[in-house]
Amino acid sequence: MISSLAKLALLFAGLSLLAIGGANSVVPEMQRVTVDVEHWMSGRDFLDLFAISRLAPGPGSLIVTLIGQHVAGPVGALVATLAMFGPSCLLVYIAAKLWHRARDASWRDTAERGLAPVAVGLVFASALALTRGTETAWAAYALTALATAALTATEVHPLIVLAAGGAAGVALHL
Amino acid sequence: MAGARGAGDRVTASRTAPPSPSLREIALVFLSIGVQSFGGGLSSWVRREVVQRRGWLEEQAFLSGLALCQITPGPNAVNLAVFVGATLRGRAGALAALAGMLIVPVIIVFALGAAFTTLRDAVWIESLMAGIGAAAIGLNFATALRMTRRGVRTPGGALVVIAATVSVGWLGVPLPLALVILLPASLACAVWRR
Repeated sequence: MISSLAKLALLFAGLSLLAIGGANSVVPEMQRVTVDVEHWMSGRDFLDLFAISRLAPGPGSLIVTLIGQHVAGPVGALVATLAMFGPSCLLVYIAAKLWHRARDASWRDTAERGLAPVAVGLVFASALALTRGTETAWAAYALTALATAALTATEVHPLIVLAAGGAAGVALHL
Repeated sequence: MAGARGAGDRVTASRTAPPSPSLREIALVFLSIGVQSFGGGLSSWVRREVVQRRGWLEEQAFLSGLALCQITPGPNAVNLAVFVGATLRGRAGALAALAGMLIVPVIIVFALGAAFTTLRDAVWIESLMAGIGAAAIGLNFATALRMTRRGVRTPGGALVVIAATVSVGWLGVPLPLALVILLPASLACAVWRR
């Protein structure tokens, strides 16, 4: 029990600091270790946990909470969650502090203007990569295009668009 | 929450003293994001609540913070909660935003996990999530378009946006490699335009 908790902590603390570009980038490694190396679960179990984490709102990275729960119960869930979020949160907190401390520096505004296009480009990129990775049917492309148009041209609440998307998905058997 | 006014992007255009929301307000806003953000697209929700509707951060400050969160490792949305919370109210703000965003999704994930063996056999769940996912991707595209309109003001910046979109989003170039090229290029553009 203790050793599986320690393994969970080590695994996710390591992945926390490797997850450049977000938690999605380390899901394959999570799968490899939990299924093939530690034999904590079958491949099917892993896919089930992944699917559950997608059903819930909030960050997709909560799959780690479910893996922890599966391996070592509620304590495992807590350990896995803290290990996954702790190191990266601490790092970004320190970065935010340093960034804030430099708010009056003469280079700060220039740096902000240089960083902004990178952030925008990466949001486009992740939307594009998700489209290419998850959508194969024309109906899905059309849904994405319609949602983009509605949310760009109007001030409709995103939740309404998500609900409409879900309803269309069921109606069209996506 | 306090958003019945349905404010558009214009609200943040006026430069006033930065507001200092209470810890409770921060926690509640991120709680509402955690409850509503089905299908992903957390950064879009954070921008909508923090920049567009409440004007707690200006577009450029938000975007540079978002870039920092994308560059540093870890789940982007969780990083963003920490960044926004820390910027508004320091350590306590970071914890308030983080706890607010995670508490409801964690409870839901556990509840779903308990019910999943029944859920797994319902075919329509997959269709439902595919539809929500497709709409959530649209939310990300729409947010990126709004960000472009307000946060990208130079031809160089526009080129960086296009280069990042194509290289990472279409060609699948690994993010660290893309950043090594794009970050210096974008910063150089900003220096040059100063």
